[in-house]
Amino acid sequence: MGEKSFAPGRILVYLVVWLIAAAYLVPFAVVVLNSLRTAEEIAQTSMIGWPKQWAWNNYPTAWADFCVAQTCAGIRPYMLNSALVTIPATVVSTLLGSIAGYAVSLWRFRGDRWIYGIVTLGIFLPQQMRLLPWTIVLRDIGLINTLTGLVLIHTIQGLSFTVLFCRNYYIAIPQELIRAARIDGAGFYRIFWRIVLPLSPPILIVTVIWQFTHIWNEFLYGVTFTTGQQQPVTAALIALSAAVADIPQHGVQSAAVIIAALPTLLVYLLGGKYFVRGLTAGAVK
Amino acid sequence: MSALSLANVHKRFGAIEVLKGINLEMGSGEFTVLVGPSGCGKSSLLNIIAGLERQSSGSVEIGGRIVDDIAPKDRNIAMVFQSYALYPSMTVRQNITFGMECRNVPRAQRDEAVARVAKLLQIDALLDRKPGQLSGGQRQRVAMGRALVRDPLLFLFDEPLSNLDAQLRAEMRMEIKQLHQRLGSTIVYVTHDQIEAMTLATRIAVMRQGVVQQFADPETVYNRPANLFVARFMGAPPMNTLSARLEATSGKTVAVIGRGEAAMRFPVPAAAESFIGREVVLGIRPESIAEPTRHFSDAPGSVLTVTAAVEMIEPTGAETIVVLRVGDERALGRVSPDLQPRLGETARFAIDTRKINLFDPTSGDRIA
Repeated sequence: MGEKSFAPGRILVYLVVWLIAAAYLVPFAVVVLNSLRTAEEIAQTSMIGWPKQWAWNNYPTAWADFCVAQTCAGIRPYMLNSALVTIPATVVSTLLGSIAGYAVSLWRFRGDRWIYGIVTLGIFLPQQMRLLPWTIVLRDIGLINTLTGLVLIHTIQGLSFTVLFCRNYYIAIPQELIRAARIDGAGFYRIFWRIVLPLSPPILIVTVIWQFTHIWNEFLYGVTFTTGQQQPVTAALIALSAAVADIPQHGVQSAAVIIAALPTLLVYLLGGKYFVRGLTAGAVK
Repeated sequence: MSALSLANVHKRFGAIEVLKGINLEMGSGEFTVLVGPSGCGKSSLLNIIAGLERQSSGSVEIGGRIVDDIAPKDRNIAMVFQSYALYPSMTVRQNITFGMECRNVPRAQRDEAVARVAKLLQIDALLDRKPGQLSGGQRQRVAMGRALVRDPLLFLFDEPLSNLDAQLRAEMRMEIKQLHQRLGSTIVYVTHDQIEAMTLATRIAVMRQGVVQQFADPETVYNRPANLFVARFMGAPPMNTLSARLEATSGKTVAVIGRGEAAMRFPVPAAAESFIGREVVLGIRPESIAEPTRHFSDAPGSVLTVTAAVEMIEPTGAETIVVLRVGDERALGRVSPDLQPRLGETARFAIDTRKINLFDPTSGDRIA
């Protein structure tokens, strides 16, 4: 890049960029500020305002004491539920997507394009459309209202994305590499572990971030298929906001929202640069 | 026992037939080069020998064993690829030993094999580097090391030098030749470069559109090409091919180019006499046309001196290529650089008539 210029065009670009950023950041700032205000203060003044006195204990209350649907243990158990769903579903869907992406990109076989097409079709099916089939499946295999059921849903649905990501990355790996390994005597899985997987960190990081944020933030399946103590944190937040009290507990609720958002925020902050790099790059050589 | 034998190998992709019945026999220790323009099927044939592709029909035999249903890894072959295909995440040492690792060869034996190959190819110092840290020539050596370490019945090379610059290519070409002479390995080598074919091969298979045009030693392919395609494909600049008429003059067969006063008459072998009175194509290599002082041979009557107009001159340094008007056509000659023929003037040139080939103009096949 050359030296900075302040041409009118550039100023306009920055203006638009800042406006877009503000559209995202202002609501976030309101929630952060409210998480540090007392319920009384919010009720007496307005939803938007600088804290008059810092209500730090909103956070410990939201974490461990607040009552959600007759249980007064804060959002901690629901955070644990979310972790128990998100981590296995992310790991398994990424690993399976990687193997499947490798198979359809580097091992040509009859019908490989069809399989790839059908798997990635899942990306374009609206979530609501899949709700009923999943209800039937979960009922029949006895996984309604279990975390395992949610893990199953997210693993399988995640495959559409993970296969797409990995296949598009692996397609850049030269075929000759696979041929050389076949002559060397390596089979399908050895080639995967020894040759393809060591080339994969950039795309695996992208896939993990994508899967983690989507599964963690997912609400519809969580609220549909689980109740009470089995709910992931996204569903529990709704139950929490429905808690009846003398005055609306906006302060504690805001703190709970922030806590619930922390894991995805951390994942993005830690891996964000790989995310952008991995989505745009994709070359192996 | 032949090291490799191909019997009536066909390959079809849908309606397109890329190999139309290939029959080749290669002896042990032979360096066979498959050469031809792109799309002639030479790479498909190599992949079929390797087992990476399956032939539509026909049979492949390696070391006396039919391998049609045998996986690439069990065919006792090693292959060097055009892109080298080094495993990017492994060190040079791991690249070389990967095949042995897959076959559970004990570590001591692996180390011994790596040491032997590294010494042979002078890559000792590179063993702990990754392919990304190597130059093109070094990668090429490692790729060869990976093949050599296997000590297979058959080596397959798929255009291994085409990614190198001209100078390095010439160097590596010599090294491959030396390696073959030292180790006596059996090699099938695919290239589109006719110079590589000439310099490396003990036998050349010239391919075109899925058919082997000629399978012979380089000398024969060059001097006695089986047909016009081979004649024009091998050699740079290519062989001159001129329209001529066969006539019988006082019991001898001669090829006549041009008419009347300017007609040139070339003595040709008696084998061509069945074409007397018909049109033929006369083929002569540029190096068989030179300045009149050139000594081609002591054989009486083998050198003919003609007069021709010089239309163009291309000095290359080592020699000068002249474009001559012969009848209604043009022919290239290669003369000494000391000679400075003038454009547009006529000059005398010597022609080595022993090197004349005659071709049937309809089929393109060689007559004599």
